[in-house]
Amino acid sequence: MATRPLAQTSEATEPATLTHLQRLEAESIHILREVVAEAERPVMLYSVGKDSAVMLHLARKAFYPAPPPFPLLHVDTTWKFRDMYALRDRAAREAGMELLVHHNPEAMARGINPFDHGALHTDLWKTEGLKQALDQHGFDAAFGGARRDEEKSRAKERVFSFRSASHRWDPKNQRPELWHLYNAHKAKGESIRIFPLSNWTELDIWQYIHLEGIEIVPLYFSAPRPTIERDGLILMVDDDRFRLNPGEVPVERSIRFRTLGCYPLTGAVESDAATLPQIIQEMLLTTTSERQGRAIDRDAGGAGMEKKKQEGYF
Amino acid sequence: MTDTSYRPDALIAEDIDSYLKQHQRKTLLRFITCGSVDDGKSTLIGRLLYDSRMIFDDQLAQLEADSKRVGTQGQEIDFALLVDGLAAEREQGITIDVAYRFFATEKRKFIVADTPGHEQYTRNMVTGASTADLAVILIDARKGVLTQTRRHSYLAHLIGIRHIVLAVNKMDLVGYDQATYDAIVADYAHFATSIGIEAFTAIPISGFKGDNITTLSGNTPWYAGPTLIEHLDTVELDGDADRAKPFRMAVQWVNRPNLDFRGFAGLISEGTIAPGDAVRILPSGKMTRVERIVTLDGDLDVAVAGQSVTLTLADEVDCSRGDVIAAADSPPQSADQFEATIVWMADEELLPGRGYWLKLGTQTVSAKIHQPKYQINVNTLEQIATKTLYLNAIGVANLVTDKPLVFEPYGDSRELGGFILIDKLTNATVAAGMLHFALRRARDVHWQSVDITREAHAQQKGQEPKVLWFTGLSGSGKSTIANLVEKKLYALGRHSYLLDGDNVRHGLNKDLGFTDADRIENIRRVGEVAKLMTDAGLIVLTAFISPFRAERDMIRAMLPEGDFVEIFVDTPLEVAEARDIKGLYKKARAGEIRNFTGISSPYERPERPDILVDTTRETPETAAERIVEHIMGVWSPDL
Repeated sequence: MATRPLAQTSEATEPATLTHLQRLEAESIHILREVVAEAERPVMLYSVGKDSAVMLHLARKAFYPAPPPFPLLHVDTTWKFRDMYALRDRAAREAGMELLVHHNPEAMARGINPFDHGALHTDLWKTEGLKQALDQHGFDAAFGGARRDEEKSRAKERVFSFRSASHRWDPKNQRPELWHLYNAHKAKGESIRIFPLSNWTELDIWQYIHLEGIEIVPLYFSAPRPTIERDGLILMVDDDRFRLNPGEVPVERSIRFRTLGCYPLTGAVESDAATLPQIIQEMLLTTTSERQGRAIDRDAGGAGMEKKKQEGYF
Repeated sequence: MTDTSYRPDALIAEDIDSYLKQHQRKTLLRFITCGSVDDGKSTLIGRLLYDSRMIFDDQLAQLEADSKRVGTQGQEIDFALLVDGLAAEREQGITIDVAYRFFATEKRKFIVADTPGHEQYTRNMVTGASTADLAVILIDARKGVLTQTRRHSYLAHLIGIRHIVLAVNKMDLVGYDQATYDAIVADYAHFATSIGIEAFTAIPISGFKGDNITTLSGNTPWYAGPTLIEHLDTVELDGDADRAKPFRMAVQWVNRPNLDFRGFAGLISEGTIAPGDAVRILPSGKMTRVERIVTLDGDLDVAVAGQSVTLTLADEVDCSRGDVIAAADSPPQSADQFEATIVWMADEELLPGRGYWLKLGTQTVSAKIHQPKYQINVNTLEQIATKTLYLNAIGVANLVTDKPLVFEPYGDSRELGGFILIDKLTNATVAAGMLHFALRRARDVHWQSVDITREAHAQQKGQEPKVLWFTGLSGSGKSTIANLVEKKLYALGRHSYLLDGDNVRHGLNKDLGFTDADRIENIRRVGEVAKLMTDAGLIVLTAFISPFRAERDMIRAMLPEGDFVEIFVDTPLEVAEARDIKGLYKKARAGEIRNFTGISSPYERPERPDILVDTTRETPETAAERIVEHIMGVWSPDL
């Protein structure tokens, strides 16, 4: 796919009013640079999803011609789709960035997995794993790809979100953010999560991927894949670790994913959308929200994500 | 209303490529909605999200269930529940912060700052308004212009929002009566003019029923203006106006991947720039030209306000984070004293005289705020005398920075005129401010010019004036050592004066107590007296606990470079408490003295004192000897 430069305009010398994507891009780049200028040891949390892909692309733009001056960190669960691992390693290499992969040794030793351990799987691998990785490397600022439109409790999340030394988030003790002024001052041991994509919507993300020709995991595109149906979710049998219940037989379906996580926990949608315009078309005409395919939001009723965040989940 | 969608589903289904091309051209408008729950604000926002299809089926099912369970609209959908967020506020039934919502029409994407209408209102609304191009002021048609309407309008105007929409809501509840609407608009126009709002757009609406939101309502045939969405779709964007101003870009980060490339990264706040344009680097004032505008997608021919870019310059000029690159023929000014409007946002009140970090653009400096000239009552807009500013208070005060700031009046530039204040201890953002203008020293305070200068006084006494600032816990031995030092200086024929904490509190500072604010003022006055004495050529010795680093730094900053000698008399708390010469520790432990340093109030140890005295290792006599030697060494006329 050809790259169409967004910041450039084909018209002569007087460019038209900036588009909403140009404004969002400029704002995100500004945020990325502020953190690099003011934090001691930043890192970018990279989950290999479409939002991470956009965030990484923006980082490359923000610091060009230098490579982004921080490493990528993947807090891995060992249960991601195989396609995700492949893109992760390639994307880091192409950006000229160091890739750190963290596996929670405790989760590893105890063999924590999504089949036997339910909520504990997310808690140990991701929540605890993230805290371990940040502490271990002494990162004081971590970029994340969360957006305010994803979920109700995120509508009020700041761009700079402060965490105590024990990584807890206190919704009542966050700093007001005015103009383009971000306050990155913090006490020793405290850290910041920074969300450069705060003001992007799902449609903005897709449109930007399309315009900029950003590579994303092929799982977002529809293809025939081996699946089973369980608890109302279509799950993909990505490798032979998938435990089939008696009577379950993988069926080939034309599916794709709207969000990507651990493959045994991520619901697919049946779809024929095999190109970006088709994905966008489907997204615009669809009638369910993107987080619907994630089991994580269903814990603890509507406030599930907020509870997880207070505990230190990204 | 049959179709309230802002989106052509047919086009999406039939020709997605055309749709995408169209979507790609959308612009962005940020606006704020002002009003309380009673005005139907949440309902209006919920309606905008709902009508623009930002609500999916699963969310809608949840909404319908919630509406029946906790809604306020009977069996009807309660749109307000769509914009409800955190668990804490769900329990309390109030919103506690600024939330950002998103929706789009065919022409624009919108970011809505939604702020609640309770006591935290000022802080939240100012925050939400700081990035908004437009404010929607909601009025309940049954109630007309209320105190809160005036408050919202004043704040929107204060923060520089140029586009005001007066949304007269709940028209369905007044029978769509034109006379009611006209009376409200006339009433508002009168008020708006009085506070300097030049123009506003009034629209009669019903958020609940949908009148005049997307299509003109048959219920208001007498209304011929735009619908709310039409107006939002077509109103002029601030970005277009910013582009016509002279070029300004605050340097965020210097990009130096190798020796051959040095780029200056920043967000262009005003104007346009092209390779070859003459620019001036501020505050140095150095002139050069822009060489390239570098991006990952290739060099640009031109860049405009609102874009984040990397510039390279034609000459090797000094330029780093905090500097401003500006149009050569029309640069912004630099100054270190200002008048500003300050909005206080923290539970702990403003401490006049205390040093705060001030961040403006990419510059961070230390700033002191004077006692406010007045506070503004946001309900009556009266000016009230005040000594400080509490949470949600707005006041006007002078401030002084330790280094010159490159700035513009807020009215000319939000980016170079708007600032935040950061508490140096808690790191919290405690205030937002807007610079009015620079105060020239000459205009601020008229100094009496004198013929016998500071240097002449010093020369006459054959010495260099100094302030020997002894700091340490109560009972650490400050006064004892200071006294010995002064005796030695006297013996050497030096002219000195010892300012003792207890003695000063009996006279000059007898009006001050021991709260944090009073302690800061105590130290500030001592600093000023010490400064006058050094002007007279004296060596001044002071013995004050002076527990706060910020205040000691403040005194250092008041004096000429090198005149301030910080002497830390380091005695462990146990040792000082065991001595307890004045019996104060015993009283403090018994709870009879509040805010006692070391017991119930912190002592911030100097990080790099000029002289450190460890009283557990040396006697007062040897310490005094060492201090005198140190000073004599420093100022020896032979050197």
